[in-house]
This record gives sequence, C-alpha cells and structure tokens, in this order.
Amino acid sequence: MIMIITLRESAMLDDFFVRAILAGVGLALTTGPLGCFIIWRRMAYFGDTIAHSALLGVALSLLFRFNLTLAVFGVAATVSILLLLLQKRQALSADALLGILSHATLAIGLVMVAFMSWVRIDLIAFLFGDILAVSKSDIAVIWGGGIFVVAAIVWLWRPLLASTVNPELAEAEGLQPERARLFFMLLMAVVIAIAMKIVGIMLITSLLIIPAAAARRFSPTPEIMAVLASLIGAVAVVGGLFGSLTYDTPSGPSIVVAALILFIFSLLPRLGRRQAQGQGT
Amino acid sequence: MLSPANTGAKPLVSLNNVGIRRNGRWLVRGVDFSVSPGEIVTLIGPNGSGKSTSAKAAIGVLKPDEGTVERLSGLKVGYVPQKLAVDWTLPLTVRRLMTLTGPLADKEMMAALESAGMAHMRDAEVQHLSGGEFQRALMARAIARKPDLLVLDEPVQGVDFSGEIALYDLIKQIRNTTGCGILLISHDLHVVMAETDTVICLNGHVCCRGTPQTVSQSPEYVRLFGSRAAQTLAVYSHHHDHTHLPDGRVQHADGSVTDHCHSEDGHHHNHDHSHDHGHDHKHEHEHNGHNDHDHHPAGERHA
Repeated sequence: MIMIITLRESAMLDDFFVRAILAGVGLALTTGPLGCFIIWRRMAYFGDTIAHSALLGVALSLLFRFNLTLAVFGVAATVSILLLLLQKRQALSADALLGILSHATLAIGLVMVAFMSWVRIDLIAFLFGDILAVSKSDIAVIWGGGIFVVAAIVWLWRPLLASTVNPELAEAEGLQPERARLFFMLLMAVVIAIAMKIVGIMLITSLLIIPAAAARRFSPTPEIMAVLASLIGAVAVVGGLFGSLTYDTPSGPSIVVAALILFIFSLLPRLGRRQAQGQGT
Repeated sequence: MLSPANTGAKPLVSLNNVGIRRNGRWLVRGVDFSVSPGEIVTLIGPNGSGKSTSAKAAIGVLKPDEGTVERLSGLKVGYVPQKLAVDWTLPLTVRRLMTLTGPLADKEMMAALESAGMAHMRDAEVQHLSGGEFQRALMARAIARKPDLLVLDEPVQGVDFSGEIALYDLIKQIRNTTGCGILLISHDLHVVMAETDTVICLNGHVCCRGTPQTVSQSPEYVRLFGSRAAQTLAVYSHHHDHTHLPDGRVQHADGSVTDHCHSEDGHHHNHDHSHDHGHDHKHEHEHNGHNDHDHHPAGERHA
C-alpha cells in the first residue's frame, strides 16, 4: 500500500491528479443527496458508525482474501440491518447502540489487523484515504456505483422524503417507509464501501454532512438542496485537491477542510433566510 | 338529524375486537368500531387511553396483536398525525408539503389550500408557521388527496378557541362536500365536535359510545359556551369508575379486581336522553357542562 503521498513529491498534474479529481467528483455527486437525508433524519452518528465498521470489513477481506469493496459493503450492510433490528427492540437508546457498535467494530477491525502478522497494511490510508492512488478500475467502480446510488435515491425519493417528515404519515398513505429506510441504509453501505479509498473511514461522514449543511441556506426545496449539496461537494473535492497540490498537504483532510470553508461561507451572508421569511406574514 | 352514516353504506374501515400490546402490556384491547362514508367518528379518552393507537391500527400503521382490522381495498387515507416536527435543515414550503406523498395538480392544490384558508401562505416555510397555521396546512395536504377516509389526530391542539371552532367548521365542510369518512381524535375528554355521528370513549378498551347531538342543544351547554360554540361543539359527559392495571386486569371503584371489565361495570353516562348503548347504563339526567363530574378512581388525570 502506498502512503499518503503529497503532490509536490510527484510529477505535477500527472495522470493520477486527473484520476483523483474524477474519482472525488464522482463520489461528491453521490454523497450530496444521501448526505441531505443524513442531516434531515439526524443520522450523522449512524453514518459514522457504519463508516467505522468498514475497518472490520478491511480486516475480513484480508483474512479471507476477498474483494475489499465487497467485504466493506457486506460488513456495513450487516451493521446497518443489525441496528435496524436492535432499535426495534428499544432496549437501549439508539444513541447508546450506535456508540457501542461504532467503536466495537472499529476496535475489532484493529485487533484483527494486528493479529494478522503476515499482512502489512497501511492503516493510515484506510483511516484517512488515499485518493491519489486510485486506479482506472477504482474510477469505474466509483462512477458505476455512484450512478446506481443516485438512481436508487431518485426512485426512493418520495417515500424517503415523506417518511423523513413523518414515518406514520408515509405508512398511512401507502408509501412503505420501512422498505425505503432499509434501502437507504443499504445505499449508505454502498457509498461507504466506494468512498473508503478516497477520503478514508474517519472522514467519510464529513463528505456526507458538510456539503449538505452548506447547501441548506440556499435551498428553497429539498430537491434543490440535494443537487446543491452535490455541487458543493464537487467544488470541495476540486478545491481540496488543488489546495493539497499548492500547500503540500494530505489530500483527504484537505478536501474536508475545503468543504468546511464552503460551509462557513454559506453561514456568512444572511441572504437565503431573509428572502424565505419575507414570504410569510 | 339524519346523518349520512345512516345510509347503510359498507364501512370504510372496521375494527373487530382489536388489541395491541407493547412490551407485555396491552395498550388497547377489545376495540370495536367502524367508520362509514360520510360518518364522523370521534375518539375521546384520557391520556394514554389508546386513542392514537386505535386510530393507527385503523389505518394500518400498527398491526393488531389480536382481532382484525378490515379496510376497503384501495382505501385512500388522508392522515394528520398528532405530532409532526420538521427539522430546520429540511427546506419545506407549504407548497412542497402538499405534494409530500403524491403528485397533485396545481388547481387541486390551490383549492385545498383555499378551503383551509392557507392559500396566502403557500410559499412560507413550514417551520415558520404558527401551530394553528401548521395544522391547517396539514389538513389542506390531507384533503387535497381526496381521501376516502380522513384521520385527524388531535387537529385542534395548540389552537385557540375561535381557531378551534374554525377548524371544526372546516372538518364539517370537508365531510359535507366530499362525503369522506372522518375519524377524529379529540384532545378534550368531554368536548367533541357537534357534527360527530358517533363518540367512542376509550380507556384501554371501548368504555362507551353514543351521539353528542342532543347535549349540544341543551340550554346549560349553550349558556356555558355560547350559541356559536354550541353549533360546533358538544359536551359528551360521562365518567369512568374503574382503571386498567398494567397486566390487563381491571380494578373497580370498590377495590375489586377482575380479568375483564363488563358492560355493566358502569361507565356512567349523563346524557339527557336515552339512546341505545346495547347495555345497561345509568342515566343520571344531569348535564351541567363538563366541569363538575367526579371522576373516580383518583388515578385518572385529565388535562
């Protein structure tokens, strides 16, 4: 595995930089709409938990010499469904359950990796991403998976949005919110499996949440917010990568910092809210 | 007064001996009622008596653990839930709220908003609406779907008295113009909408049922609430003399405990005339408003 390399050490604007931008933008377009639902439904901690479980997937894939992306998806999907089932029993609060699963899966993953003395892996690359190492096949996975996820979100849009406002209302009016929720969690698992290589386990949720939060102020409808979140995410990826090139900083964290800067900018002008309030009486 | 419910149409939904239990405790048990086209059924009862639970069972949100719920196939439900909090992060205008669960033609959307008096607020974000405005927006959303069955869970909560009368007028108008069945949950134990065809009092089971019409015409009631209110609201006065223990048994006022409550256990009605309850009630001929009835046992609390 390659350590996080900074751009200055390598050839400027080489092929890999274009690949990194393609991969990052593809991921950002996917995480936009998904991230909106994460913040509307207050599932930020859920996203973190699923992301942390990805390390267990990495360990299992190394142990059984199984495809990495599929192993991460498998573990993330299992943890999501486990959460759904445990929440239904209402023995522990959702918050406490997330706290347990989040750190348990991360710790088990780390312990398993430590036991496998025959493999040498670069943990930092998994935890914080290695976008400059993406291959052409990685890009195919990101765009293929991304198109699948966005198509599924469009298909599930109405039941997902209605059950975000009120699950019982969605159920009463025939929209099957439970099914939508299950699909949504599986989509989260897909995105985490394809995002892990790019921004890493620790930073995946930031790419989901920060662009969506930055889009809120400029969005009059949920649909516009989803599209804006994608665009803001794409700008953050490009900005972060160029920042990493200019200032010789690690790429994954640079993307998150760029997203954060956009979010802070979105807070500064108090335009969006005023206009919306002007409509009321 | 001949209500549309008397036309003998097939019920939209009927609950037969429905029971729902959670964590080993029966929330409701033995619930029987039905809603027919054009009928207004009002559920009343103390907090935690299973009004919302029964309504959710009626529309299929909760599955009954015993008994059956029959709905007409293809029944279109419009639902106004009791609690609905829209997170600030979700940009939702009244206009967007209208198409939340299904597409809607502009003309129908505006007609529904106008009938609920919310047309001027169509571009406002729902987070900026007052309690009454939000309730009316939710009602507009539910009626715009042209439902066969409209289920309203405490639609007048957080609405002042005149707003309450306006909302009841709207509900009456919806019933009269669309002929849909309406299942209404009242937040007040004693005051129900005058147009109600059937009042069902729940306290973990169906305590009693009847019509409120005559009560609303009583002079005492008109004196208490004014003639305008009397056209809209009615007192359904009664009191309970037993409580339901967590294990499903029933404790009576005299301290005895039985497995079930029986119709003759006494849900004493104070209606000023007798209507057929199907079981033996004591009619005490006193209808002094809703403030002076003793509720026992003392465990019952009313807001």
